[in-house]
Amino acid sequence: MYSSLIITNNIHSWVLSLMPAAVTGITEMMMIAMIYLTVFAVLGLFLVLMERKVAAWFQLRIGPNRVGFFGMFQTIADALKLLSKELTGTDKADKFLYNLAPYFLIISSLMALAVFPFSENLQAFDINIGIFFLIAISSIGVIGVLLGGWSSNNKFALIGAMRSGVQTISYELSVGLSLLTMILLTGSLQLSEIIEVQKSGWLIVQGHIPAVIAFMIYMISGTAETNRAPFDMVEAESELGAGFHTEYSGMKFAYFFLAEFINMFIIAAIGTTVFFGGWLSPFGITESIPWLGVFWFLLKAFALVFLMMWFRWTFPRLRVDQLLTLEWKYLLPINLFNIVLMAIIVWLNFTIQF
Amino acid sequence: MEKYIFYVLALIMIVSAIASVSSRRMLRSVVYLLFVLIGIAGIYFMADYNFLAAIQLTVYAGGIIVLIIFSVLLVHHIDMELEVAKKSKRIITALACLIGLGVFMTTIYSHPFIETTTAVTTTTADIGFALLSTEAGGFILPFEVISILLLAVMIGAIIIAKGEDVTEEPPKETPLVKQEKPVEKKKELLETEVTV
Repeated sequence: MYSSLIITNNIHSWVLSLMPAAVTGITEMMMIAMIYLTVFAVLGLFLVLMERKVAAWFQLRIGPNRVGFFGMFQTIADALKLLSKELTGTDKADKFLYNLAPYFLIISSLMALAVFPFSENLQAFDINIGIFFLIAISSIGVIGVLLGGWSSNNKFALIGAMRSGVQTISYELSVGLSLLTMILLTGSLQLSEIIEVQKSGWLIVQGHIPAVIAFMIYMISGTAETNRAPFDMVEAESELGAGFHTEYSGMKFAYFFLAEFINMFIIAAIGTTVFFGGWLSPFGITESIPWLGVFWFLLKAFALVFLMMWFRWTFPRLRVDQLLTLEWKYLLPINLFNIVLMAIIVWLNFTIQF
Repeated sequence: MEKYIFYVLALIMIVSAIASVSSRRMLRSVVYLLFVLIGIAGIYFMADYNFLAAIQLTVYAGGIIVLIIFSVLLVHHIDMELEVAKKSKRIITALACLIGLGVFMTTIYSHPFIETTTAVTTTTADIGFALLSTEAGGFILPFEVISILLLAVMIGAIIIAKGEDVTEEPPKETPLVKQEKPVEKKKELLETEVTV
């Protein structure tokens, strides 16, 4: 169930020496959960920093450069500030749902992180329905947005939440179908097996034309699903204030903010795993050093994250009707056609394998 | 350990099921219902039937609950509370629930369940082969029937959404004014009929 690196074996024997065998399993799961939580909370903060740096770079500014080396600790300082802020709320809000909503988002995005294979051995939970589990989990996050928008008793928040609901439900289809196209190549939903298949060429090379189309659709709909620009009508500043989280402050706002960035990383990580070979190194150059897998995985994931940030600072925001037209009249038909094309290519063995 | 997880899940499910039917805020009952559905998914996960669990999460938690929340957002204001049903109605409902519970309990306890020694995880591939197999025990016929049913439902939904007669020219009125009436009606319906 959990990773089998040498360090975990050491920890395992250490924990076993402290307590009876029945409790060890739970303790180790708790430890791994805690480590994941900490690592990805910090990762989320650094993604915020990266976004600000990239934004500054695109706009010919310097960006945060005061706190720490090149502004390294700027976002950590921001998070500490948010922690110390007062938690405000509207008077007539539905307090129970208002307080519950951020946790839906943050829990669903942190749950998804458990299944990623960061290297050959570093995978917390290798479930046999991997990709499908990710899609299932990501469909829950939108509930948090809807609840948050409705329960803050603010019409801008409500409109933002409704837009988000429409958007996420529509684009989930495209994400699912474009991943399904790649499943035709791998024949398995399990993430470790998907990577195993890619040892004879990354899937984007194996599946050539339909795989590239699927990747483009995946990146577009992935950006839309995380509610990021150019699909950020949910929190269109000029129309809706801050959208569904207008009424949130302090740490609850930080949860929404963090969840958005972790979701972005998740979309990039799924893309890395399914299209770009996950932790496999290009041409197998570092095959003899297995722990470098983490480096390759993160490198590819951050390249895709950078691509999404690039989208954000390049394209203007779409209108709601344009957004829905794009999904239902263009992406979905192309996607369905693409699945048939991929099926034909797999059937006739036209895949490129090394 | 699995026993404790089961009890925790069962407790969450029972408490939120009761809260779901007794809450007077509509959206809160939907959220409690969501907890029940997630609890069921948890039990599927515990039984190592991952595919069904993920289906439960996608279809029920991610699909149906989101649609219910959507319709609640459209018709329900935050200050509204559902009215309490009449006492006679409540007694009848309680009796019906008790009878149902009794039937279930007697069925469950009169059947001897055998504890399995080896847990087998059903893979997605197995499900796929079973769905498309034409041999004995295959599910190709129900699979095709369901796909035709879904197609019919989709066409029906489009026709209903288009309103009135799709073959004739659309009426000259602006659609915004027209849509308001059914929404109002639905709101009244929900308020009067959805009672505890």
